[in-house]
Parts: sequence; C-alpha cells; structure tokens
Amino acid sequence: MAFVSTIVVLGAVLLVVLNSEAWPAVQRQFFNGFHFRQSFPLVLRGFWQDIWMFLVAEVAILILALVVAVIRALRGPAFFPLRLMAVTFIDIIRGIPMILLILLMGFGIPALQLQGVTSSGLFWGLTAIVLGYSAYTAEVYRAGIDSVPESQRMSARSLGLSQMQTLRFVIVPQAVRNVIPALLNGFVSLQKDVALVFVLGVREGVREAQIYIGSTFNYTPYLAATALFLLVSIPLARYADWYTERDRRRKQAMST
Amino acid sequence: MKLRVRGVEKAFDDKQVLRGIDLDVEPHEVICLIGASGSGKSTLLKCINLLVDIDAGEVWLDDLMITSPRVDADSIRSRMAIVFQAFNLFPHLSVLENITLAPQKVLDVPRSEAVARAEDLLGRFGLSDKRDEYPERLSGGEQQRVAIIRALAMQPEVLLLDEVTSALDPVLVGEVLSLLRDLKAQGMTMVIATHEMGFARETADRVAFLHDGTVAEQGPPAEIFGNPTRPETQDFLRRITDAGRL
Repeated sequence: MAFVSTIVVLGAVLLVVLNSEAWPAVQRQFFNGFHFRQSFPLVLRGFWQDIWMFLVAEVAILILALVVAVIRALRGPAFFPLRLMAVTFIDIIRGIPMILLILLMGFGIPALQLQGVTSSGLFWGLTAIVLGYSAYTAEVYRAGIDSVPESQRMSARSLGLSQMQTLRFVIVPQAVRNVIPALLNGFVSLQKDVALVFVLGVREGVREAQIYIGSTFNYTPYLAATALFLLVSIPLARYADWYTERDRRRKQAMST
Repeated sequence: MKLRVRGVEKAFDDKQVLRGIDLDVEPHEVICLIGASGSGKSTLLKCINLLVDIDAGEVWLDDLMITSPRVDADSIRSRMAIVFQAFNLFPHLSVLENITLAPQKVLDVPRSEAVARAEDLLGRFGLSDKRDEYPERLSGGEQQRVAIIRALAMQPEVLLLDEVTSALDPVLVGEVLSLLRDLKAQGMTMVIATHEMGFARETADRVAFLHDGTVAEQGPPAEIFGNPTRPETQDFLRRITDAGRL
C-alpha cells in the first residue's frame, strides 16, 4: 500500500512538473545531457577531493574534540586554567559562522607570509573546518561524559585509578558509545560542509562546477555535483538512522 | 593494619551527617555498622575511603594520617577497597576485565599475573564460568560477588562494604553473605554497613550502632543485641524486631 501510494503521488508531481510551461527552460539550464557529459569528469575529480577532505577532517575532529571534552571534564582547582581554555575555545569558535572562519584563516594566515608556515588555502581552510566542528563535537562528547553515572567514577576512583585513568578506561569508553548516533549525524553534515573551502579557490567538486559554468552559463554541473553529494550523504544518513534505532532497541532490551 | 577514626564530621550543604565519629578497627576484625537509614553509615565509609572530603577530624591508617592534604589519595584508596550497594561494575568490560583493570593500571601487575589472580578468585567463589560474561548478563547476586572480587583483587588491607545486599532479591542475599563469611574465615579486615541484623549478630566481632551522626553504642554483638544500654539502641532494635528483621 505504501509502495502504491508513493508511486501515485510521485507520478502526479512528475506529471505536473513535466507539463508546466517552464519545464523546457529548466531542462535546458539544469538537465542538459551534453553539458552533463562534458562537465561530469571534472566535477567528479573535484568531488574526490571533497571525499578526501571529509575523511581527513573527520579523523582530526574526532581526536581534537575528544581532547577538548576530556580537558573540560577534569575536576579539581589545579585544572582550572585548562578548563577555562577549553570553554573559551568552544564558546568563541561556536560563535563564528563557519564561512567566516574559513575566510579568516584561509586568506588571513597566508597573507601574514610567516616564515615556515604554509600558505596553502586547502590546509588553512580545512583547519578552520576542523576547529569549527571540533567545538561542536566536543560538546557532543561532553554530553556523553555527563551521561555516565557518577557512581562509575566513584567506583573507579575507589579502586585507586587516577582521574585520568578513570576517564580513559571507564568514563570515555562508555561516553563514546552513548553518543555514536550524534557523532554520525555530525559526519553527515561535515561531508557537505567541506565543500565550503571552494571560497578559497580549492579545486573541489563545487569549484569545478563553478568554473565550467563560468564559461558556458549552463547550470547542469551544479546538478552533477548535487547528485554526487547526495550519493554519499543519503546512505550515510540512512546508516545513522539505522544505527540509532538499533541502539535504542538494544537499550530497551537491556532495561527489561 | 589498624584503622582509627577520630572525631570525623561531615555536612552536605547544611545537613550535618556525621557529628564526631570515633571508631577503631583492629587487624582481622569484622565490624558491622548498624543504624537507621540516614544515620551516616555510608557517608562514614566514603570518608574512610577518601571519596568524600571530611570537614573535621582525622582518619589514621597505622601511623599515617590519611586525611592529611599531603597524602596521595589514590595510593591510599588502592590499599583499601569499598564495595557499593549498587555493584557499580563497569558495563563495557567483561567480568575478567572488571577485575584485572585496577591491578594492572594501579599496581602495575603484569596482565598474565592479574588474570591468574582473577581466575583464582573467581574459582574460589564459584564464578569461573562467568569469566567472559558482561555485567548485564549476570544476576544481581553474581554482580555483587564480582564487585567484591574486583575489590579483593587489589589485595586491600581493609574491605569496606556499604549495604552490599540491600539492592538484592531476598533469595540472592544468602550467596553474598556466605562469601563475606568466607572472607572473615580467611582473616580479612572488614567494615560492613548492613541492615542484615542476623548476619551482624552471628558474624561481627564488634557491632557499632550509629545514631544521628555519632557512634551511640558499640561492643560485641551479644551485648549490643542482647543487652543494649542506650535508649536509642533499644528503640532501634525494638523497631527492627517489630519489622520481623531480627
């Protein structure tokens, strides 16, 4: 029944769109077979750059965010300066629009022409994304750390484990498990946001499409890029949902 | 190892829980702390284990004042062990890993030796077949016995037990109490906060009755249960008897 109704509804929508007066113009601008074939290899090559940036950034984010979250979770007056630094980092970075952070670091730092510091837009753009996402992801980890019962910390400390050992062997493993669904959602949005470094001129998928469009004034390459991003982000989103659902069921089964 | 508690006071916010506790624990002695809920039994154990900072008083382990700020709390905690009412096993670790974690990380015991010791303890208390299970798959009684073994694996000089049977089904209480009797037979020094009066009467060398944040009365179980001198103790025991718990 769900299948039949889906077919009927989609068919009706398609019929209306294809019969509308504007459709021939839309088709020429966005669904042009010739321009698609011409631009696709270029966009695809750029898209590999997006995938590569996504993977590198994700690894860096997961590590940096965990370090920030653990510093924030340290207790005792001796760690106050460290905690203050972590909180300041999170507050400032989260308050800056991602695109501004990318422009600021991607153009700003190379402009300083510092000795021994790379002027690569790709490097600084990606660094900006890593910093921006780490601030958010650190808060995700923190929620996970807070969700581990206080009694776990107490029982680890009572066995003589130090504060760091307690975090490392008892708290963080449980915390990470609790926030995997939220981390997966972060993956989905990062996979798209890496494309923002195009503003620095990095030759990734969106930038390649833009270059092609600049000489042809046909917007089909944008749709080619769209299709490529969806090809990755939809399965990733489905997987995140599937994992979250499985996790929820497992927790229900455990509490009975 | 001799444990001395002198004038310990502790308040949480404006609620005064301990109002000057004095208690001595001799080597190989088993002391049961009895008293109504809220009389300070759990708080006292946590103060002894340095999990809670005290407001006044001293706790001595032999010649060392462990409540001194100059003492390394982690190293003191590794000489004592505390077991909680709610087991608090680490849910992401197997039974074996729960037991071997602290000996390896705190005492630097090699893994093979830690595993051998854990297996020996599991065998002695009839839990060998649970070695690779995760806590969620164990009964409450099994979880609590694993928690006690986890504490024993640190080879503590004194074992603190905080109402370790209170969260258990009545049918599972027996297996945990019998483990404690075995430990007493082996000469383990224990401080046991408990509501199991029958167990306290038969197993303890000394019973301390806590009332309103002080040790109101203490002595051999026969004396405390048979011939209590303080009105608070008499009142408490009468209510316990009326409830059919003694």
